[in-house]
Amino acid sequence: MDLSLTAVELGRKIKNKEISVTEATTAYLDSMEAKEQDINAFVTMDREGALARAAKVQKLIDEGKLTGPLAGVPVGIKDNMCVNGMLTTCASKILGNFKPTFTATAVEKLEEAGAVIVGKTNMDEFAMGSTSETSYFGVTKNPWDLERVPGGSSGGSAAAVAAEEIPYALGSDTGGSIRQPAGFCGVTGMKPTYGRVSRYGLIAYGSSLDQIGPLAKDVTDCASILEVICGKDDRDSTSVKESGDDFTSALVDDVKGMKIGIPKDYFGEGLDPEVKENVLAAAKVLADKGAVIEEFDLSLVEYAIPAYYIIASAEASSNLERFDGVKYGYRTGEFADLHNMYKKTRSEGFGAEVKRRIMLGSFVLSSGYFDAYYMKALRTKALIKQAFDKAFEKYDVILGPVAPTTALKLGESLSDPIKMYLGDIYTVSVNLAGLPGISLPCGTDSKGLPVGLQLLGKHFDEKTIIRAAFAFEQTREYKRPEFAAERGNV
Amino acid sequence: MSKVYETVIGLEVHVELSTKTKIFCGCSTAFGGAPNTHTCPVCTGMPGSLPVLNKEVVNKAIAVGLATNCTITKNCKFDRKNYFYPDNPQNYQISQLYYPICRNGKVEIEVDGEKKYVGIHEIHMEEDAGKLIHDPYTDSSLVDFNRSGVPLIEIVSEPDMRSAEEVIAYLDKLRMTIQYLGASDCKLNEGSMRADVNLSVREVGAAEFGTRTEMKNLNSFKAIARAIENERERQIDLLEAGGEVTQETRRWDDTKEYSYPMRSKEDAQDYRYFPDPDLVPIIISDEWIEEIRSSQPEFRDKKKARYQEEFGLPEYDADILTGVKKLADLFEETVLLGANPKKVSNWLMVETMRLLKEKEMDAEDIAFSAENLAKLIKLADSQAINSSVAKEVFEVIFAEDIDPDKYVEEKGLKTVNDEGALRAVVEQVIADNPQSVEDYRNGKEKAIGFLVGQTMKAMKGKANPGMVNEMLKELL
Repeated sequence: MDLSLTAVELGRKIKNKEISVTEATTAYLDSMEAKEQDINAFVTMDREGALARAAKVQKLIDEGKLTGPLAGVPVGIKDNMCVNGMLTTCASKILGNFKPTFTATAVEKLEEAGAVIVGKTNMDEFAMGSTSETSYFGVTKNPWDLERVPGGSSGGSAAAVAAEEIPYALGSDTGGSIRQPAGFCGVTGMKPTYGRVSRYGLIAYGSSLDQIGPLAKDVTDCASILEVICGKDDRDSTSVKESGDDFTSALVDDVKGMKIGIPKDYFGEGLDPEVKENVLAAAKVLADKGAVIEEFDLSLVEYAIPAYYIIASAEASSNLERFDGVKYGYRTGEFADLHNMYKKTRSEGFGAEVKRRIMLGSFVLSSGYFDAYYMKALRTKALIKQAFDKAFEKYDVILGPVAPTTALKLGESLSDPIKMYLGDIYTVSVNLAGLPGISLPCGTDSKGLPVGLQLLGKHFDEKTIIRAAFAFEQTREYKRPEFAAERGNV
Repeated sequence: MSKVYETVIGLEVHVELSTKTKIFCGCSTAFGGAPNTHTCPVCTGMPGSLPVLNKEVVNKAIAVGLATNCTITKNCKFDRKNYFYPDNPQNYQISQLYYPICRNGKVEIEVDGEKKYVGIHEIHMEEDAGKLIHDPYTDSSLVDFNRSGVPLIEIVSEPDMRSAEEVIAYLDKLRMTIQYLGASDCKLNEGSMRADVNLSVREVGAAEFGTRTEMKNLNSFKAIARAIENERERQIDLLEAGGEVTQETRRWDDTKEYSYPMRSKEDAQDYRYFPDPDLVPIIISDEWIEEIRSSQPEFRDKKKARYQEEFGLPEYDADILTGVKKLADLFEETVLLGANPKKVSNWLMVETMRLLKEKEMDAEDIAFSAENLAKLIKLADSQAINSSVAKEVFEVIFAEDIDPDKYVEEKGLKTVNDEGALRAVVEQVIADNPQSVEDYRNGKEKAIGFLVGQTMKAMKGKANPGMVNEMLKELL
């Protein structure tokens, strides 16, 4: 079977009875088995469950009960989304044995559309990190270069798609966790507007910033997946009912007259010249297609990272309190009393980066510091949103890089957390402002590593960035990493 | 003791709201389920679960706020109060710190004929915690999350009270108001109303408040009164001995009539409050507030005045009847069914109270219906049964809420109004009691009472006593 098919292409072949759901599922499971020792994109693989599910889905397709574009297509779910009865670890020791009793809304919607879950993808522990190196279950490697990181925190999802272990995956994005690994792995990833997709069943990191989204080979897949998973959910008060959710109708190769702003602040110091070159070339492509490109000053960019790390860590410090050894998950072996149990469980159960953020978050919320840090960060967040609102009065789309560099070497950023945090400079402000963003490949650097292009849109205007991304995508072929091409078809 | 001290008291009152479902999920709030049966991923803090606000909680909180003359916060929010304890499944409680739903209220109280206002600082909404049960056999603790997520409001008063009497009057007023609203049953002994007492003492005339303590675990009005008296004396003794009061939380042991410190200010926790990002702000419109205001019930003071005016009840009776919402409701429903208000009041004030006392029940636990009381009053009015039979039947109504029409019919308790039958019995009684007959004829008016009694006995109580009396007089 041709593993380089996109999710929608595979869905069409299944619909046309060219491939059975079981064949497709088996092919991807075999692909996973062949590649996992190199990539480690999965925490859990579920061959048995997936094959049982495949047979059921095939039956529903045959009976005409499942007709959507994703029916029968295998999928990987980031390991911070609950799937009933399936290990859901957040790549942490503390949830190493945790099986939820319910399924996340977004995943449930995929299942209703006929998705076959083949496994849970690796990630930075509790989605805290930009390299997928903080996982308790080992580092995920970049299929473009096994010495390099896939980005993070949805590194497992991005690497698995790039390596053709699965046609598409769900990820979550709190500060760039879908877009940046998509960029590092040469796939397409989308972070929807905050509130577009229900967070119910997504194990929270920064609740006011978290958003679930797709990672796939192209824009068409992303639009099709988003169309399935979006919508107001009665179980998530922050999800909203908004129109403009017929995303696939925006798959139109036409950007004539589209106003695209390029923030000068995104092209300054710290940006790798090769990344800059590729991104600006992409802007030129869109200009050639009739878009109106203009540079502008976005302002406040330097405040995004501190504001983001204060807010996300504050929320995380509270969100992660429930992992205490009392109800579920890891509990330390021996303890003297209740507080000693808490202390030992959490000391042993959480990794270094998670502890760092819990400490940071607890500090900024503590009495006497709350106003100076947390409240100030919230005000900064509001100002950043205003700056974007102002820019969007003039532009339909904002274009820039996803990350300052291409994929880094393994271990390179772990030793210097500040450096790792600074790598999020182009992605975090989007979460602070609650905007939609898409990341898609726009070329490779001299090392042969993919460069990511980021397009940002107005609130609930995913369609415009989908249109721009689709138009750009039409000018180039999807590029597979050699790893995928070599290990190719099974 | 040369100095004269004044006690300054403020109250934090927790009230469990009587909604059908919990504050952030659809689980039942019913009491008494097997452990962890009224639970779901939300109220057990499962990873990935999210709270969704029950609008009815907001309705009830607004209703209490309006009834206590508060300003409603039109843009209110929930905050997280972070602390680790196993009864708290997320290890944070969803509460309100920065924008509580109600602020700046007051209620009027009356003690010994003197009226005064007690200020309400704020009312906020929050979730209750689960319950820890220690198992001595395994030396371990178990958690029951059935109460986790049950909606509470916390009513924080200003430090406006000066005596235990004022505190009781304030609590009684709150309880009555909330019961009238149907927002809670406010039972202290069952924990649906809990009061923490903040108390300090100072010399009369002092400008500053003294250092206060907070007293917890007060399960009855009597316990509250005892704890206040005890704490007041404890603090005065400390000051008189040249010591200082420590700001701390104390726990009252009502059986030992003694309190002991739980934690001092020094080890007070930093709760790291911050706005809960999982819940959106609650925007309360004027229309919403008006809708609740217009459906507020008639409260006790108004009702009491109306009972006196409209039904001509004495103040004492009106006070008792309105003192428990259940009684007032029963009274009004029975009157609405056509019964004479004074007679209804009489049945409630005399026989009902007697039976409640006898059976050691609270008026809230009354189980009989207005329909059956109205029917009984009708039966008695029409002289179909006499008053002693009526009392007998009422006892059965009180216990089992039976239909008095059917009951009287089945048991054959109707008064015999057949003159012929009565005449024969009366004649027999006269013949059997020559001594009493003679006493009566000799001017001993009282003797007729005995003869009436004998006749009633022979009639098994079913005769009309008036008729018996008349017939006796006639035959003698």
